[in-house]
Amino acid sequence: MATLKEYQDKLPPKLFEELKDETKGMADSKAKKVAEAVYEEFRMSRVEPGESVGLVGAESIGEPGTQMTLNTFHFAGVAEMNVTMGLPRIIEILDGRAKIKTPMMEIFLKNPYNKGKDIKKIALSVRETVFRDIATEFLINLADSTIEAKMSKKKMDDLSVTDNMVLKAITGTVKGITARIKENVLIVKTKGKEESLNEIYRLKEKLKDIFIKGVKGIKQVLPVKREDEFIIITAGTNLNEVLQLEFVDEERTITNDIFEIADILGIEAARQAIINEVYKVIESQGLNVDIRHIMLVADTICSAGRIKGITRYGVVSEKSSVLARASFETPIRHIINASLVGEVDELTSVVENVMLNQPIPVGTGLPGLVTKSTKVDK
Amino acid sequence: MARRKKKKFIAKKHTLMPKHVKLSEKDKKSLLEKYHINLKELPKILATDPAIQALGAKSGDVIKIVRHSPTAGEINFYRGVANE
Repeated sequence: MATLKEYQDKLPPKLFEELKDETKGMADSKAKKVAEAVYEEFRMSRVEPGESVGLVGAESIGEPGTQMTLNTFHFAGVAEMNVTMGLPRIIEILDGRAKIKTPMMEIFLKNPYNKGKDIKKIALSVRETVFRDIATEFLINLADSTIEAKMSKKKMDDLSVTDNMVLKAITGTVKGITARIKENVLIVKTKGKEESLNEIYRLKEKLKDIFIKGVKGIKQVLPVKREDEFIIITAGTNLNEVLQLEFVDEERTITNDIFEIADILGIEAARQAIINEVYKVIESQGLNVDIRHIMLVADTICSAGRIKGITRYGVVSEKSSVLARASFETPIRHIINASLVGEVDELTSVVENVMLNQPIPVGTGLPGLVTKSTKVDK
Repeated sequence: MARRKKKKFIAKKHTLMPKHVKLSEKDKKSLLEKYHINLKELPKILATDPAIQALGAKSGDVIKIVRHSPTAGEINFYRGVANE
């Protein structure tokens, strides 16, 4: 359609595509009228230069946030797995916490596994299995200073663990011991001379946590059917190792740990993940926040190339003004530190000017105007 | 028995990962001129970022990122490469 060509550069691609679809089969003059009206509407709804987008964004997320606080306790926990939801989750994301409360992964599978082939077996193979999971009883034999651990055959079959795997894992992790298995009882003997009871006890505790198979960090697995394919939801996360498994769809598998995403997939992926995660919480609470506000926050968090939370250690610490930093949290420390190095406050942003009762320089995209003054002769 | 590789996974394609392109010197110059900014004012991307390892970008380059935005369709975003 030739008449619409001139609007291609003026309108965002999505709007332009929609316009093209809607005006299909219209007369050229009519289509042009429609396009003109659309462009006018688009121009009017754009953010004006000088709008304080950050402030509007903060209000727009903050107000529904007050509703969320009340809702949190009612909706905490999903039917099958406990997940941090509501305001605590939002705080967790925006603060840029490296350790999140309930790490989770959604593992997508490749064909034919996503149709349900061996789904249970695969799910279990991803789960972290430690020795504690298959052992039922621990005994310390004081006479020979050995440790005897009874293993459950049934549990071992369920998790498809063999005697050999156990032996290999144990001798591979702990040095200076001999281990053998006799009738489902693991007998561990230290190689050295007589060990004190204390040390044997410590060895016993160590044995319990020996990693046998699976992916480290995945504490729980749950295969579920979503739409028409099977996925595995896990408690605990390890994106790096899961993506290396051959049956995993490495293009769609995600985690809710933003830092892990930034580490494996890059800062841009982390930005997208922040938007998705925050939006998911807001949506699940039945609230309505425009996604542009969340995008702005995500952009701010990721603008330094790595994740910086909205805290006194993150983005706030980068503010140039001492007074602005002091107004956020721990004011005295900021002021003392600033006075020690003789910092100068240029009063270029909002908070410090509010403090000093001055007009605030506010607005995104406003140019600073510099004029040359010329003398006028009278 | 566990097939654990300590190696870090090198992601090539992912639904969360938009396309990254290194700008040529000429494009870089016209970009900075268009917005009247200097390189330091662009948002940053670390030179160690996994998404740009294949591009061989170093400090001072500009990376164009083609984002898929739910509000605008496809949109270009720029980041300057920085060491730390």
